[in-house]
Amino acid sequence: MLEPVVEIEQQVTFKQEQLQTLFTVLQKRDYQLVGPTIRDGAIAYDELNSTADLPVGWTDEQDAGRYRLASRKDAAYFGYVVGPHSWKKFLYPPVLSLWKANLQKGEVVVAPEAAEAPKYALIGVRSCELHAIAIQDKIFLQGEYTDPVYKARREKAFIVAVNCVTTGGTCFCVSMKTGPKATCGFDLALTEVIDGQRHYFVAESGSVLGAEVLAEITKQQATAEEQQDAKDLMEKAAKKMGRQLDTTGIYELLYRNVECARWENVAGRCLTCTNCTMVCPTCFCMTVVDTTDLTGQNAERTRHWDSCFTLDFSYIHGGSIRNSPKSRYRQWMTHKLAAWQDQFGTSGCVGCGRCITWCPVGIDITEEARAIRAGDKSDKATMAIKEH
Amino acid sequence: MPTNTKPKLAVWKFASCDGCQLSLLDCEDELLAVAGAVEIANFPEATRALTKGPYDLSLVEGSITTSHDAERIQKVRKMSKYLITIGACATAGGIQALRNFANVTDYTNYVYASPQYIETLHKSTPIGYHVHVDFELRGCPINKMQLVEVLSAFLNGRKPNTPAYGVCVECKLKGTSCVMVAQGTPCMGPVTHAGCGAICPTFDRGCYGCFGPKETANTISLSEQFHKSGVTDEQLIRAYRSFNAGSDTFRKEGDAHERQ
Repeated sequence: MLEPVVEIEQQVTFKQEQLQTLFTVLQKRDYQLVGPTIRDGAIAYDELNSTADLPVGWTDEQDAGRYRLASRKDAAYFGYVVGPHSWKKFLYPPVLSLWKANLQKGEVVVAPEAAEAPKYALIGVRSCELHAIAIQDKIFLQGEYTDPVYKARREKAFIVAVNCVTTGGTCFCVSMKTGPKATCGFDLALTEVIDGQRHYFVAESGSVLGAEVLAEITKQQATAEEQQDAKDLMEKAAKKMGRQLDTTGIYELLYRNVECARWENVAGRCLTCTNCTMVCPTCFCMTVVDTTDLTGQNAERTRHWDSCFTLDFSYIHGGSIRNSPKSRYRQWMTHKLAAWQDQFGTSGCVGCGRCITWCPVGIDITEEARAIRAGDKSDKATMAIKEH
Repeated sequence: MPTNTKPKLAVWKFASCDGCQLSLLDCEDELLAVAGAVEIANFPEATRALTKGPYDLSLVEGSITTSHDAERIQKVRKMSKYLITIGACATAGGIQALRNFANVTDYTNYVYASPQYIETLHKSTPIGYHVHVDFELRGCPINKMQLVEVLSAFLNGRKPNTPAYGVCVECKLKGTSCVMVAQGTPCMGPVTHAGCGAICPTFDRGCYGCFGPKETANTISLSEQFHKSGVTDEQLIRAYRSFNAGSDTFRKEGDAHERQ
């Protein structure tokens, strides 16, 4: 759960070797470590056994529809940004069995899935991702209906945030005010500093538990200079955002442009492949699937991630509401940047850039927003001319 | 459904390689359950024992490539309460639909020593072109677990769960990164019907489109992207003209690049 940020009097530093100690401390507390590791030519999130599993010395190059691994000149543990996975795969599993049932003497006997929630330590959570988790908390934990699976996993999770000192080609957290510095929602936050021969972390705790864990690591008080170095790195990163999204009046802008030529334009490129929604750390849609076996004696209900880009998503009796790819892209983008505000009181976008990078044809939400804004302005200008 | 009589299942072969029928025999763990749930009344690939029709369910493999088969499928339809087509041949004409883009006489002259004995139609057409089909199961070959799902759905009077979305969904649910984005490998996944479990991208290869076009497949946009990554028109035509060359969506896209 998000705990209020514990006021930290001092930041501390620890040498890079101590990162393994942190891993061990968490493992001794029965956490399954999950975090960045190289898989399928990308930095994915998976189970970690030691710091050797981290993509040490690797970075990523990202642009619309393009992702490549590249080697770094140093041995940074966290010298990259975000990849194809997000933490929702651990807190909100992609495929989950909800219950099984069988017929016993004509009676249906239901057996709920009783698997105990895993206890994860999320290693290397970026600021945009902390915001995404906070958004999913609102969706799954607040209001009348809460999600017990998410709740159990979330309450147990320990979060080690990493402040971004590297920026990706599709990052725009500064526009969304979600980074690059982690400000809340973590147990520990680390800034990795590599300064000539020195390679260390500046650390702060964001919860009582985080402070307890930190207490078990060999560390020292951070000097003013070290704190300044970490701060400088983040400020430098903030200035190098690969993308920008002007959010001024975006809510009104999108609602005002339900009918605009740009939707047709983007629909010409959109594959309705669902990738943008699947990689998005805040997209939360799911569907449930019921199956029976051949005998008809056993049934199972599973849920899996769904996407507003499929036809089935908007299927009601008689057909799908959003038949055209145009209506599906419009639905997704308008929900993400505008309707989300009505629904949850916040934007649904955290500026992580995943939807831009992982779109096979490189559709860029920041570019689409810019085009809609440009069309909106020109419409106004045309109207103004006509009025005169 | 009466409990004392099991539904009669028939399996029919038309122009095909038998791979899809064999998927039924490949259902090792489920085969006894299948045999327990239905009476296998006509399945020459598996048994010589034949029971006369009518049949409750016919699984039809293969496409129509001869006038004899064009008549036979009508008989099969008349004998079958439900008719489900299995595989790319039956649902799209199969690889043999490549004849649709050429002169079949050229092929017979090239392949056979005595082509005068070959009687064949100029086009290979899917079963749905000739008779009403109750359900089409995609794939080259079909996924055996999807076949079990279709049979379970039929036996339990429910809709089969064989989603028409793309292969990308399967990659993402498995956590497979994207071969197109991360490695620049052209992949048919974004326009291809799910069902195989994204086998090829899981092994670092682009999707070949074995399950044919997905719902609302935007092949034009995918082709443009392929062009950008250096794929030629000739390669594009080959990508669309494989096992599902005869499907409307892939046929049109392939043709469009031939004209260019």
